[in-house]
Amino acid sequence: MLTILFDGIAYGMLLFILACGLTVTLGLMNFINLAHGAFAMAGGYVTVVMMNRYGISFYWCLPAAFIVSALIGLVLERTLYQWLYQAPHLDQVLFSIGIVFMAIAATDYFMGGQQQLINLPPELSGRMDVFGVGVGRYRLFTIIVCAALALALQLILSKTRFGSRLRAAVDDRRVAMGLGINVPLVFALTFAFGSGLAGLGGAMGAEILGLDPNFPLKFMIYFLIVVSVGGTSTVSGPFLAALLLGIADVAGKYYVPAIGPFVIYALMIVMLIVRPNGLFSRGGR
Amino acid sequence: MSVLPQETTVPANPSTAAAETRAAKLMKRRSRIRFYEIIVWIAAIAAYFLLPSKMLILTEIAILALFAVSLDLVLGFAGIVSLGHTAFFGLGAYVAGLMAQHYFAEPVTGLIVAGAASGVLGLLTSFLILRGSDLTRLMTTLGIGLMMAEVANQMAWLTGGADGLSGFSPGPILGMFEFDLFGKVGYLYCVGVLFIGTMIMRRIAFSPFGLSLKAIKGNSMRSAMVAVPGRKRIVTAYTIAAVFAGMAGALLTQTTAFVSPDVLAFHRSADVLLVLVIGGTGYLYGGIFGAILFTLVKDWLSVITPQYWMFYIGLLLVILVLIGRDRLSRWVEYLPERLSKKEDR
Repeated sequence: MLTILFDGIAYGMLLFILACGLTVTLGLMNFINLAHGAFAMAGGYVTVVMMNRYGISFYWCLPAAFIVSALIGLVLERTLYQWLYQAPHLDQVLFSIGIVFMAIAATDYFMGGQQQLINLPPELSGRMDVFGVGVGRYRLFTIIVCAALALALQLILSKTRFGSRLRAAVDDRRVAMGLGINVPLVFALTFAFGSGLAGLGGAMGAEILGLDPNFPLKFMIYFLIVVSVGGTSTVSGPFLAALLLGIADVAGKYYVPAIGPFVIYALMIVMLIVRPNGLFSRGGR
Repeated sequence: MSVLPQETTVPANPSTAAAETRAAKLMKRRSRIRFYEIIVWIAAIAAYFLLPSKMLILTEIAILALFAVSLDLVLGFAGIVSLGHTAFFGLGAYVAGLMAQHYFAEPVTGLIVAGAASGVLGLLTSFLILRGSDLTRLMTTLGIGLMMAEVANQMAWLTGGADGLSGFSPGPILGMFEFDLFGKVGYLYCVGVLFIGTMIMRRIAFSPFGLSLKAIKGNSMRSAMVAVPGRKRIVTAYTIAAVFAGMAGALLTQTTAFVSPDVLAFHRSADVLLVLVIGGTGYLYGGIFGAILFTLVKDWLSVITPQYWMFYIGLLLVILVLIGRDRLSRWVEYLPERLSKKEDR
């Protein structure tokens, strides 16, 4: 029971890291970016290539995954995404689906279609026993890293100058520009940061979620559920939503395997009916 | 009696009467059959005689066209971006397959039952899309689509799971026309259903009902102010679209005698959006033109790069959005407008 809870929390934390970049791009910048999973996949593949081909330590791979995904995000934002901030939602949906399709085919071309495996360092694999609860070491590691990131993210958004600039740029682009805030720069950095977080999540999730070229499509719904259920104006909303969904998903698959896959969809639909704008929202967006 | 004046059916003064007849005339002119529409159907019949070896791909186009036209009613008229339209397509496909396998092999009956089943699902799920923003709608429609795919996968005893449903053969249409090996009858059958479906949807779309959908799309708050019952309209439009999407799925099952979970895959939802965008939204025939172009491009790509055609479809989507899909659909609409301009005067 507690083990399931623990696994669920770890899974939820991972979902949060994968999705919180999307919270920023989708929620704050109001851009429906279905291609978010592609950035996560990029991070995952960076890790796989570095570890399996070059034998670089897992701990170095995580920052590398962040940086590479962030750079990809930055380049794409400057070249493509920035033209579509004001576009209708349908355009954004089509555009990001196009990016997903391209990412899937390109990954398949370069890396092959099979599932990729990584070998965790020995001190992270296996389980240990804490007061009779089987605790996966890697899961514990995931929880610690993700919790730290969540905290840092919340602080950055609410306390730093950059955070307030971002919020200003989102709320009213024109006035923010008038106040001398370099809005395109703020948006580009934010987008890159969000993509980097996705990449980091992908790198950490390769072990738990699995990694193959269909990753962006397979997990797209999970990211979107986290963001839309959590509401798009805060960080704590998606955080709670991710935890809730992670626990529900793991518990559902364990206790009622026959209908396990439906639990998460059912939960989403119920929550969207009750709170259509998210758990903690400040009005419709 | 309420104090407020009731809606009057009898016009109060001559000028309103004149305005009403003007409006009626305008509606009539808008809904008149255009020249290019006749060409489309003549071309569809001509293809039967001119391209006897291409029946399978032509059938595919007809089915995709019906699917896209039904989505246009939701997207092009009511302005609802749906990522789960495959739910209805897939349900129709499975219902038609199960009908043929267990109960009644006659295709038209299967078609009607499949359409009805999808319509019921559409009605039930339409209440979910009434709430929230565009994002919430995207999520719920996507969720419904994925849930249906999961159901098809899980209920292996009924649907054959991942292996799909096979081993049934649809009987002769209306007990008279047997499906032949070359797919000729299948093609005519699909074109017939597409024709009837398009005509019905055209009647709906160019009626005051269709206009009110466009009003909701344009500005839902303002349309509510002039007493358009937005929620009711969206529920109706969504249900009708679901019926026709289900029929498209049923056609696919009946012409191929096979159903697999692929009918519910996400990429189908994306494909049909792409089809509509290529052809242009909001005038129904966009679905047909788009289906023709899309199927030809896809066919051509899958010959060149059998494994990676998805890349080019994605590239096409990105380019389309970046150059502006409005520009493209304006170009598509330009021709029909030119052709029908003379009739308008």
